[in-house]
Amino acid sequence: MYKPYETSFRGQRMSIKEKLMNISFWYVFFICLLAAIGVTMLYSAANGSWSPWAINQLMRFGVGLGVMIVFALIDIRLFMRYAYVFYFFTLILLFIVEVGGHVGMGAQRWINFGFFKLQPSELMKIALVLALARYFHASSLQSIESVKGMVPPLLLALVPAGLVIIQPDLGTGLMLIMTTTAIFFCVGVQIWKFALLGVGAVVMAPIAWHFLHDYQKNRVLTFLNPERDPLGAGYHIIQSKIALGSGGVFGKGFLKGTQSHLNFLPEKHTDFIYTMLSEEFGMIGAVSIILINFCIIAYGYSFAFKSSSYFGKILAIGLTTNYFLYVFINTAMVLGLIPVVGIPLPLISYGGTVMLSIMTSFGILLSVHINRNISVGKESSF
Amino acid sequence: MNRDNDKGKVLLKRSLIMACGMAFLLLCIIFRLYYLQVYQADKFKMLADENRISTRLLIPQRGIIYDRNGVVLATNEQNFQALIVAEQTADVQQTLDSFKKIMPLEDFEEERIKRDLKRNKSFVPIKVKDNLTWEEVSKIQLNASELPGIFIDEGLNRYYPYGEKMAQVLGYVAAVSDTDVKDDPLLEVPGFQIGKSGIEKYLEKRLRGKGGILKMEVNAYGRVMKEIEETEGVPGENITLTLDARLQEKAFDAFGEESGAAILLDVHSGEILSFVSTPAFDPNAFTRGLSHQEWNALQTNEKKPLINKAIQGQYSPGSVFKPLVALAGLEFGAIKPDTRYFCAGKMLLGDHPFHCWKRAGHGYLGVVEALMHSCDIYFYETAQRVGVDKIAEMARRFGLGQKVNIGLEHEKAGLIPDKDWKLRRFGEPWQVGESLISGIGQGYILVTPLQLATMTARLVNGGYEVVPTFFPIDDRTLLKIKKINVSDVFLDIVKQGMFDVVNHIHGTAWASRFDYKGMKMAGKTGSVQVRRITLKERQSGIIKQKDLPWKYRDHAIFIGYAPADNPKYAVAVVVEHGGGGSSVAAPIASKILYESLVLDPVDYRKH
Repeated sequence: MYKPYETSFRGQRMSIKEKLMNISFWYVFFICLLAAIGVTMLYSAANGSWSPWAINQLMRFGVGLGVMIVFALIDIRLFMRYAYVFYFFTLILLFIVEVGGHVGMGAQRWINFGFFKLQPSELMKIALVLALARYFHASSLQSIESVKGMVPPLLLALVPAGLVIIQPDLGTGLMLIMTTTAIFFCVGVQIWKFALLGVGAVVMAPIAWHFLHDYQKNRVLTFLNPERDPLGAGYHIIQSKIALGSGGVFGKGFLKGTQSHLNFLPEKHTDFIYTMLSEEFGMIGAVSIILINFCIIAYGYSFAFKSSSYFGKILAIGLTTNYFLYVFINTAMVLGLIPVVGIPLPLISYGGTVMLSIMTSFGILLSVHINRNISVGKESSF
Repeated sequence: MNRDNDKGKVLLKRSLIMACGMAFLLLCIIFRLYYLQVYQADKFKMLADENRISTRLLIPQRGIIYDRNGVVLATNEQNFQALIVAEQTADVQQTLDSFKKIMPLEDFEEERIKRDLKRNKSFVPIKVKDNLTWEEVSKIQLNASELPGIFIDEGLNRYYPYGEKMAQVLGYVAAVSDTDVKDDPLLEVPGFQIGKSGIEKYLEKRLRGKGGILKMEVNAYGRVMKEIEETEGVPGENITLTLDARLQEKAFDAFGEESGAAILLDVHSGEILSFVSTPAFDPNAFTRGLSHQEWNALQTNEKKPLINKAIQGQYSPGSVFKPLVALAGLEFGAIKPDTRYFCAGKMLLGDHPFHCWKRAGHGYLGVVEALMHSCDIYFYETAQRVGVDKIAEMARRFGLGQKVNIGLEHEKAGLIPDKDWKLRRFGEPWQVGESLISGIGQGYILVTPLQLATMTARLVNGGYEVVPTFFPIDDRTLLKIKKINVSDVFLDIVKQGMFDVVNHIHGTAWASRFDYKGMKMAGKTGSVQVRRITLKERQSGIIKQKDLPWKYRDHAIFIGYAPADNPKYAVAVVVEHGGGGSSVAAPIASKILYESLVLDPVDYRKH
């Protein structure tokens, strides 16, 4: 019987066929399953029509699947070698958006290539994980536990996070920070440092509050009390809860969600698509999505555990954490557990950029898995 | 290498902790889902239904009002209105401009349309103009291509075919105002109209009916997606009144330009056959909505078209009170049927002179002649002897000094004074002179035309206590009508006097007599001063009524009945500032009684 796992580490170079054989079938299956559910929901969001969303989303997923395979086939040492290059390239793009975006619309977050809108902040989520993985791969535990050793990775994270937050895109900025925090935690930064930071955050909160935009303040206030403004900022979350709750256990049925189809539910094809799914398919549908995502995340962790390289482990944990944050923030948001921050549900919400970046990170995760037995040197070299 | 090993161990440990943390957070999501979708599901299902289901009340058809012969007095007419739906036209202003070319719009109308358009979603129809004629409707339809977004809608409008002639009886309907009691959700429906006065108000609940309910599914913008279910309403009850539209019309027309009131009763049942207060208003205009100008004109009109004079007008009865005084005198023994007094044109009470209207005096006369001539002296004498309390008692037996409770608003009770009343009211004792004045129906006494009609009917129907009503009286109720405690003999004497008023050549209403197939009328005239005649005027000769300004002229009053020998119809006519009762009020009463005999709308019923 052919055992890909045993053949794969024979040499430090693998054939394409070997690599393809090593792609985790179930991982890809869960991704495709979620994407299929997403397309179905977009079909429903358009009141039972393939246009304008479902068909586009399907094509994007097709492209994304290709991108994922391409990245899966890339040698993990290449990621290591170009991690910083990619990071700084993305940082420059963020700067361009920050400068150019202000000239244009109020909060432009993308660079328009005509056929494709590139959102550097989305790219940064991957670039940051790569850069941190490379940094920690090379650093010793002493360095990690020292203050001095933490300065470079902190800068790596805070510069882009700051840029994103002033765009202003609080959600993405916080996601960058949270991903970084998760990586810091995993590599072994002392708990007391987090505690210190936590205390610092509490102290700084009133000052940070001062710098928040009004709409961001509103979102926080509205989260704390949705009835504060039932027709304005609180409307979304109230209607979302009504839609969810009225779905019950079994849901109202496909294409039969009254809240969604009568437009009481806002943004039903993007940020609030999970609400619509929960309205139409009830708790059974809603829990299924969580379980599938749980599987995807669990696979991510298993890739990390199986990877023999530290770089690969951090990469897998960082990207999986990033994915988890998407899922958790979006669902918790539509369920009224956290403020509305405008984070989509990956693979299901409509949107090209997130689809591409998520599929890219899945590709890298697969690459980590395929290259699990490849040893990665301290410095970037084959 | 050892440290690297540690690094790997730390990573494994920490990442396992984090994985557990993530699993825990996802579990929180599932618990939250359970809380919302199972635990609170019913609450949210209800809220979702509240969101999606919009109920609309369907306005029921208002009851139709008929007269005693089934003639329609108030009905619902198709009302065509032009509506504009903003989202159906590319340019609202252009559509409105084209509309104005076909049909001019007042500036305030255009302002209202624009305001409504701004306030409502673009799919909400906004009224452009209503009460369109057929001609206007066809004009709009012909030009439909130039009027994108304009639609014709038909609704129901209350319509009163008799207009002002019935206005004071029927009242009118109009939009609900803030002061109306909102006892029915229908009242919250935009455009719903309720009875604001008259029968329309009195019988509002019966006429209104019950609204149907239309349940619709709406989207977040309020647009109707589909109808879910419809519950039929109940149309309002149709009402039949005792009025006779023909007599009402004749009675109203009989007044011409005069201001006043007339009530025609069936003397045996009290059914009101005509009920006129003039001038009146056009209820159709009220229902349509009055302009500021129209409203002001009605308010400032010195003939007070908004006042229902038949029940709100309180007048001194003057000489038409004399039959009651005569009856009180006879009934309480102050005078006998053959008692005669001498009229010298004036009499002295102490050293205060009381004048008869005829300065030369009437000489000796009995009660019948005194009524015929309306001699003041005879009734001064009678009143002096019988006393005001007895007069008041008799007046009350005949329905004066109290409300009939006819059902219309602002009905007045009038005033029948007696000694107690004077003491209560002024803290002063009653003066004998005031009894004399009461004897000729002047002084404090106040009556409404409706009370006069009631009194007349009771005087001539054999002394039965009929109560005027707008609603048909059935035979059983008819038999229950009580007899007033008064002698038939004395009633006949009074009737003889009233017969002579009209049918004796010296009677005050001789000019108004008629003979229709042997049937004649009888009655009593009255003229009431609305200002004091000064001593100077008496000496210099009294100014003729027609030379006085309108508002200083006497009120002219006439009460009458027909046929004289077997009374069936009683009428009371008050003409405000009309001048003389015999010259102005009697001819109107005569016309009304004559027509009632000709048309004879009452089935012959007898006690």
